[in-house]
Amino acid sequence: MNNAHSVLRIRDLNKSFAGIVAAKNINTDIKPGEVVGIIGANGAGKTVFVNMITGYLKPTSGLIEFEGRNITGIEPRNATHIGVSRSFQISQVFMSMTVMNNLLVAISLANRDSCSLLRPLNSPRRVRECERVMECYQLLKYRDQVAGTLAQGVRKLLDIAMAVVSKPRLLLLDEPTSGVSIDEKFDLMDIVVNALKEQGTAVLFVEHDMDIVQRYVDRIMAFYQGEIICDAPPELALRDAKVIEYVLGFRHGTEQVDDRPKEPRHA
Amino acid sequence: MIIKALSADRTISWVVASFAILAIVGLMVPNWVLNGTMFGLARGLAVLGLLVLWRTGLVSFGHALYFGLGAYAVALLEKYTGVSDVFVRLAVALATAAAVGFMLGFVLRNHRGIFFAMLSLAFSMVLYGVLIKSEALGSTDGFSVSQTTILGWQPETKYPLFLTIILTGVVAAVGMQIYFRSALGHLTTAVRDNEIRVEYLGYSVAQAIHIKYVLSAALTGAAGGLFAMALGQVDPDSMVNWTVSGELVFISILSGPGSVAAPFIGAVAFEFLRTFAFELAPHAWQLIVGGTLLGIILFLPRGLWSLIERLPMRQERDRE
Repeated sequence: MNNAHSVLRIRDLNKSFAGIVAAKNINTDIKPGEVVGIIGANGAGKTVFVNMITGYLKPTSGLIEFEGRNITGIEPRNATHIGVSRSFQISQVFMSMTVMNNLLVAISLANRDSCSLLRPLNSPRRVRECERVMECYQLLKYRDQVAGTLAQGVRKLLDIAMAVVSKPRLLLLDEPTSGVSIDEKFDLMDIVVNALKEQGTAVLFVEHDMDIVQRYVDRIMAFYQGEIICDAPPELALRDAKVIEYVLGFRHGTEQVDDRPKEPRHA
Repeated sequence: MIIKALSADRTISWVVASFAILAIVGLMVPNWVLNGTMFGLARGLAVLGLLVLWRTGLVSFGHALYFGLGAYAVALLEKYTGVSDVFVRLAVALATAAAVGFMLGFVLRNHRGIFFAMLSLAFSMVLYGVLIKSEALGSTDGFSVSQTTILGWQPETKYPLFLTIILTGVVAAVGMQIYFRSALGHLTTAVRDNEIRVEYLGYSVAQAIHIKYVLSAALTGAAGGLFAMALGQVDPDSMVNWTVSGELVFISILSGPGSVAAPFIGAVAFEFLRTFAFELAPHAWQLIVGGTLLGIILFLPRGLWSLIERLPMRQERDRE
């Protein structure tokens, strides 16, 4: 088996919503520690793809294997426990809690020790662990700030930090830099990518900003109408004729009639 | 070790101290004050049950269901087995409410907001309907509940029952404080803030809500049992009707969500507010009670507890 070393193995994955095809014959393998960028215009099926891996959507047909184990149609909360985590396009944090408490809750759920009643949430061991994570993600200075008052970029970092406390082997980032100002984008990605490199986590991330994609990924998967039209290293992918026409061309302002299937919004 | 860990928590030591003082004060006050305080503390325990749900962002408009179940469990236990021991009564009241809460929890855990509130109301009105239509269950008159005994001893005054209510209150308040501090307890706020995130962190939101719901039902059931013992009777209108659920929500707002001690303060205050309002204006006492609620919502949105939070010695402590 030449795919024995893949973290994620996807075979013939299909998804359709009432006749509209959102994913068509998707085949791919992700290796440990690999950073893969997913690009494509709105409605190309990127988020559907991510949502199928974490179990938010059930595929119509096909196989998703994580570390050799069939996880097709798994519940999102079980995906977390076997080592697949995700962050969100719009940060999903606990707005009324402090940064520290956000991470403490995340850590206690990840370690499944949420049931120990006598130990307070902020036990010294958990607090130390959270402080380590905060240091990696440069969140220490916001330790006691309520999440709802954080700047977008910082909240994004917190969102990602909460996804990685369970030490996943595969992390899916849905547009990590959306809503983040241009000056902050690279700083944010530097922090995240460096922290993840240390852990050896494979990363699959959806991104619209080609400068970000080019700089951080080992490989690009370009989506168009639910299909992968190109799967190659960035220097090749970004010169690919189909990618230029269907993904990049659109970005350069070439007017196109939007006849692509609508992507269902997730939260 | 555990005692040491618990006394380090300021809320716990304050709760224990205040209840101890209250127990001593109970020896010195006239009977009507003792009675009023007992009713207040028992209702406070029920409101503590509502607080568990409130912190998760859920409001139940049907907690009279569990209050009534606890009360009727005590009355029916006596009718059919003759048992009047305080511990058996309390245990049966709590267990009955918890069991029903566990079953209904499977339905309610999938609902939020107004749907959760109205569905709880519907369930409570089913019990009300069954009770008033059934002769065997006492119909509209209910039953009387004989004086509570303690391990075979029949006390002459109500003070031992008062003490039992205080002890139950302390255990419940301390237990809830430990729970709120724990990771599972912090999930209340987490679930209220963001359910999707909780699911993706690997925990079932439905299960979290179910646990809280059963806990809440058990506390309210115990409260109903104690209330029946203090009052010496059970009847549908003062135990199970929707007005009882409304009263509990009223007291929640009066108390505020700030602390596990707040429900007890709010409920005792409510009890005496009503007594005095009735004394002052027998035909318009609701006006006074309603006006008070309006005042609380306008000026103390976090309830009576926010007054205590503002005490100078507390602020100093928080600054430390």
